[in-house]
Amino acid sequence: MHILPILHALRRHRLTSLLLVAEIALACAVLCNAGALIAARWTALRVDSGVDEASLAAIRLQGFDADDAGDINARVLQTVRAVAGVQSISIINTVPFGPTVANAGITTDADGRHFAGVVDFYVGAPGSFEALGLHVVAGRAPTADDAQPVHAFVPDEASVQIPRVLARHLWPGEDPLGKTFWVGKRRFHVVGVLDHLSVPGPGGGEEKDADWSVFVTGVPGPQFAGSYLLRAAPDALPRVLSASLAALRQAMPDVVIDEPYSRPLTELRQAYFEKDRFMAGLLLGVMAALLMVTALGIVGLASFWVQQRTRSIGVRRAIGATRRDILRYFQIENFIIVGAGVTLGLGLAVALNLALMQVYELQRLPWVYLPPTGLGLLLLGQLSVLAPAARAAQVSPATATRSI
Amino acid sequence: MFAYYVQLGWRGLRQGPGLTALMVLAIAVGIGASMTTLTVMHLLSGDPLPGRSAHLFYAQVDSDPSPHRADRAPLDMLDYRSAVDLWSAHRAERQALIVNSTVKVRASDAGRSAEMAPMLSTTASFFAMFDVPFRYGGAWQTEDDTDRARVAVISSALNQRLFGGVNSVGRIVRLRDADVRIVGVLAPWRPSPLFYDVRAGRFSQGDTADFYRAPEDVYTPFETGIEINDGNFLPFTCWASQPSPGHLQSAPCVWVGLWVELANDVQVARYRQFLDDYAKQQQSLGRFVYTGTRLQTLMQWLDFNHVVPSDVRLQSWLAFAFLAVCLCNTIGLLLAKFLRRSGEFGLRRALGASRRAVFAQCLVESAAIGLLGGIGGWLLTLAGLWLIRRQPAAYADLAHLDAGMLVFTFVLALLTSLLAGLLPALRASRVAPAMQLKAL
Repeated sequence: MHILPILHALRRHRLTSLLLVAEIALACAVLCNAGALIAARWTALRVDSGVDEASLAAIRLQGFDADDAGDINARVLQTVRAVAGVQSISIINTVPFGPTVANAGITTDADGRHFAGVVDFYVGAPGSFEALGLHVVAGRAPTADDAQPVHAFVPDEASVQIPRVLARHLWPGEDPLGKTFWVGKRRFHVVGVLDHLSVPGPGGGEEKDADWSVFVTGVPGPQFAGSYLLRAAPDALPRVLSASLAALRQAMPDVVIDEPYSRPLTELRQAYFEKDRFMAGLLLGVMAALLMVTALGIVGLASFWVQQRTRSIGVRRAIGATRRDILRYFQIENFIIVGAGVTLGLGLAVALNLALMQVYELQRLPWVYLPPTGLGLLLLGQLSVLAPAARAAQVSPATATRSI
Repeated sequence: MFAYYVQLGWRGLRQGPGLTALMVLAIAVGIGASMTTLTVMHLLSGDPLPGRSAHLFYAQVDSDPSPHRADRAPLDMLDYRSAVDLWSAHRAERQALIVNSTVKVRASDAGRSAEMAPMLSTTASFFAMFDVPFRYGGAWQTEDDTDRARVAVISSALNQRLFGGVNSVGRIVRLRDADVRIVGVLAPWRPSPLFYDVRAGRFSQGDTADFYRAPEDVYTPFETGIEINDGNFLPFTCWASQPSPGHLQSAPCVWVGLWVELANDVQVARYRQFLDDYAKQQQSLGRFVYTGTRLQTLMQWLDFNHVVPSDVRLQSWLAFAFLAVCLCNTIGLLLAKFLRRSGEFGLRRALGASRRAVFAQCLVESAAIGLLGGIGGWLLTLAGLWLIRRQPAAYADLAHLDAGMLVFTFVLALLTSLLAGLLPALRASRVAPAMQLKAL
């Protein structure tokens, strides 16, 4: 099959061909970027929290005074421990996918000159570290002796565990064990390195990585009360949680249970990523609609071309072209047009990505999205042109003899 | 003549109904997608107080003494002492201090269990300054601010929950452990965004949907609220550790906002001078290290905080790229449609129609397609907004199509189709009559 005659014929439809090229280029640019955005959301929603989500639930209480905190903590622990199926109940300031309650900028020197970023603090009473099911990869887990009194939102000085990612950020290439970082005058000594522990709101705040968190062991007190971690067997968890909440309502009618945050961690995770899932769904919808519109455009124009060229197709058939030749002709023509559109579109995709990066906190478009999108569009073009081309192949050579 | 074109156009549309349907569909989908996002953009980026916002200002001074801050600018809120000093000077026509907290609420004379509700502690001018509508009663008196009177205004939603929506003025509501008399009940009120509480937008990574939440349920005089809910206040930020958490009057923290209303440029200039003088005076007293101040209008403050969520901005980009694809598509299909009828146009030209007449006829036909597409686009916009309302975002309930946007839907559809029709119509009007007649 010769390409030259096709190119020659295309020059007679310059305008329509160029429009189709432009449409495909635009569609290609949007598809690449939408695809990259979906992938980014998808990665965000699969973040590893580092804890045993399936066996954990959070309970949060509000509406009590700091003076009553000790009493509240004691009564909650006592009430929940009496519920059948509870493996453990411990005090912790927040949980992954719970509210952000203690984040602060840290420095790696005592004078506060070397600002190292904003991190989230988990303050857990003894027992909560084990309940979370965190994996220590170096150093040690907290002991009961590590627990420090909490005067404000975190202890004034404490031994802490930090995730690997944060350790590498703070002291690249060095052993983090034994190192110290500061929040103002407060000092924290690293004694353990964790596999993973995500911040309560991964991807949402000033923390540059989901794992920029710190685990501190604290002694419950007036400023460390009202938020609990319940552990039970995964299949029993929903029942155990609702039984615990019912028991608390009865035992302490005066405090208010923070319902949206008193749920199993799997549900908190679900709720936390709801908007990302919605956005991913919306983007998928846009992609589907875009593909549909593009395909319909190709079908429309190809049908028009077939109709317009009926006579010349007849002539070609009369002088010896097979049906297959005619079919091939339209397929190759489509391939050239869509190919040009895709080539232009990939450039446009990168340009659009750069433009979007200006207004939207977006990473650079990974190049791996480009080839599949281009191939997909070429395939779509071939599928769309199939019916019109088949119709063209059915044109009988006798057509050529009519109306000349 | 126009009626004749319409008639011709109608006939043209029915010729090749498949192609016409394709074009109508393409325009409808493009318009539906772009109008959905445009409506959301319009709702979220609008002026919450049209006509008033230019006279409302957010005042800031730099009370943070920390030397190592990268961006040397006033923090988003004020410390207690600066806020009260600035307010007590009464240098603005109207002014409102604001501080947020969450408070435990019970109706003392109703058998309901307690709930936690967002509370705004502010000063009496707040309601007049921000055009807050009342259903029953009204704002508290100016004396109540200084007297720490135990009075409150509640939202219509809370009035519904606690008192079933009846006039509850004069009834008692229990805030934490204090009995407070209700002096006013608000009418349903939903400013977009909740402008007076906007802050820290530039640290939110574009996730600003929460700026569009519903207003507070409880409003108390400034000092009354601080007294009742003492220990439950959260700072915006602190530059040193707080001696007693939750009790912030003397803490090295910022947690109070100050809004002022200034009628004209002279007053604005005078108020700026006042802020600068205050900062310098505090510096000489040793309380401030830096003398930076800032006074921004409401809209400047919203822009500064990037209030429109980046998800929404991204959706608009996508929608317009989508509309561009649909536009290309429509141009191509219109070209096909008109060129297919070259014979008809040739005949009309030969019979005496001018190029202009053919051009006009083609445009009328495109406009008809645009109108049909507009109807489809309108329906799709309604469907799109329904989808947005199901979105788990604080602004979801705001997404409705108003009259202006409805009209704009059709204007946009017409414009798109006319733009798409321009080139094909030009092509059609250029056909050489002789060539076409020969081929007939």
